[in-house]
Amino acid sequence: MLTVDIRKKLDNFTLDVQFETDREILALLGASGCGKSMTLKCIAGIEKPDEGRIVLNDRVLFDSDNGINLSPQKRRVGYLFQQYALFPNMTVEKNIAAGCMEKNKEKKKNLVAEKIEKMHLSGLEHKYPSQLSGGQQQRVALARILINDPELLLLDEPFSALDSFLKWQLEMELADDLKEFGRGALFVSHSKDEVFRLCDAVCVLNEGESESKQYVAELFSEPATRAAAKLAGCENFSDLEWLEGNRVYMKDWGIALETSGRNEACSSAGIYAKNIIICKSRDRENAFAIRIVREIKDLRYTVLVIEPVAGCAKPLRVNISGGLWDRLRHEKQLYASVASSDIMLLNN
Amino acid sequence: MDWYPLFNSLRIAAISTVVIFFAGIFFAYWIARLPKLIKGILDVFLTLPLVLPPTVVGYLLLRVFGPKRIIGAWVLETFGIKMVMTWWSAVFATVVVAFPLMYRTARGAFEAFDETLAQSGQTLGLSNTYIFWRIRMPACKDGMIAGAVLAFARALGEYGATSMIAGYTPGKTATISTTVYQLWRTNNDALAFKWVLINIAISAVVLLAVNMIEHPERRKTRKVPVSTEGGI
Repeated sequence: MLTVDIRKKLDNFTLDVQFETDREILALLGASGCGKSMTLKCIAGIEKPDEGRIVLNDRVLFDSDNGINLSPQKRRVGYLFQQYALFPNMTVEKNIAAGCMEKNKEKKKNLVAEKIEKMHLSGLEHKYPSQLSGGQQQRVALARILINDPELLLLDEPFSALDSFLKWQLEMELADDLKEFGRGALFVSHSKDEVFRLCDAVCVLNEGESESKQYVAELFSEPATRAAAKLAGCENFSDLEWLEGNRVYMKDWGIALETSGRNEACSSAGIYAKNIIICKSRDRENAFAIRIVREIKDLRYTVLVIEPVAGCAKPLRVNISGGLWDRLRHEKQLYASVASSDIMLLNN
Repeated sequence: MDWYPLFNSLRIAAISTVVIFFAGIFFAYWIARLPKLIKGILDVFLTLPLVLPPTVVGYLLLRVFGPKRIIGAWVLETFGIKMVMTWWSAVFATVVVAFPLMYRTARGAFEAFDETLAQSGQTLGLSNTYIFWRIRMPACKDGMIAGAVLAFARALGEYGATSMIAGYTPGKTATISTTVYQLWRTNNDALAFKWVLINIAISAVVLLAVNMIEHPERRKTRKVPVSTEGGI
């Protein structure tokens, strides 16, 4: 169980992070430079928060009120660095042994050999980090961390140093390792896809401020805020004004739409490009007449940039399958339709 | 031919290199983590001897160690030892003049060090002493050796400040550089030329050593700047 509640003033913003996690893989998701890595460093003890409290399994790691600030060495937190931070002057074997705190030489040797075997590093014992591939480096770094039996794992963008072909394989291996580790991990990433595949829950960080924790599936279907929706990959956003009943006026698009439920706390809405349907008639739900501004052929589908005929201002993005678009493209008047349940109501 | 100047020069350079090596590393490591302003001021102060004329350094040293000056007078009174005009007085001169070479090179190496290596060491539970000697120093090793070799070369060739604080006494304080000057002044051209050749040979070997240390390092990582501004 990890409880984090910290604040730290940084150059451009103030880091203000609160969350709790227990034995799950929690993603800290946010744009670059939003304080994700800084949060990990504060938990590991490499950086010191200005104030707050960090508690791991009943051990207070940091508490500004009581003047507690354990050194990184005493925190028993494993930190996988972005570039793995292997010691360049030591072989694979020595790197792993360096992380092992076992005093008995014989036992230590066995432990190291065991880890090397288990992390599929046999045969690489006497190689230096510079002679290894990115994936091998990551496994060495992980072996070096796990041999010490940490109580928590911190993973700082573990795949950013790899090319996409390698990533897939490594992601599966890491998922297995994390499952076996079983004590929970914090996973920092800016990639929604990685988070979706690897993590149980997600905590969105927006300019240093943490939003409330969500299950991963929830983040994509019901993001709470605009920042969360953006990170979930939502393409279309508009400010809104509540009309009568469940109707809202979308200020940015100049159209009125029916939502699935009134919630006046929400002041904007988001719609995934894949959830807008292009059709020939206006008898579908929330249909409105459109103009096509541009069409862009993508690998898997065609992206349309559309404008409501009635409205003004901001265009919307729509993903449509190539086949369907070929059938519709010659129609004189086209309509766009959105299911009310696909309109995501967002706070700010 | 009397080989004393060669022996004395090597002895002075060796002792001062040992002193400079540790002092340089200490200051470089310590200053690298100070606030910017203090860092800037100390940096100027510690690098100054590199650009000052050696005679100015010699003058300042005499003002401190001279028998009638603060420290010199105290040492003379307490221990009965005169701090100038002995062979080891020259060590003061060479340490001050060659120190910036070691200090700047070491600082460049420390600044190029990837801090995440130290941080990962800490999270792995390694002691800070272990991290310094087994991770930081090996990574900066090439820069340290290059700095020490440069300092040795500079100390070996020191003339100005040395001649002021140690003077020239054959068989006592004579070094290669002061001997060359003395021989030339007394029209002993042939012998002066011999010493010149010896000096050139030693310096060339030292510089060759620096090149051999620096180059493989540059191929490995482009990041470690070995600062060698000023001359030998």
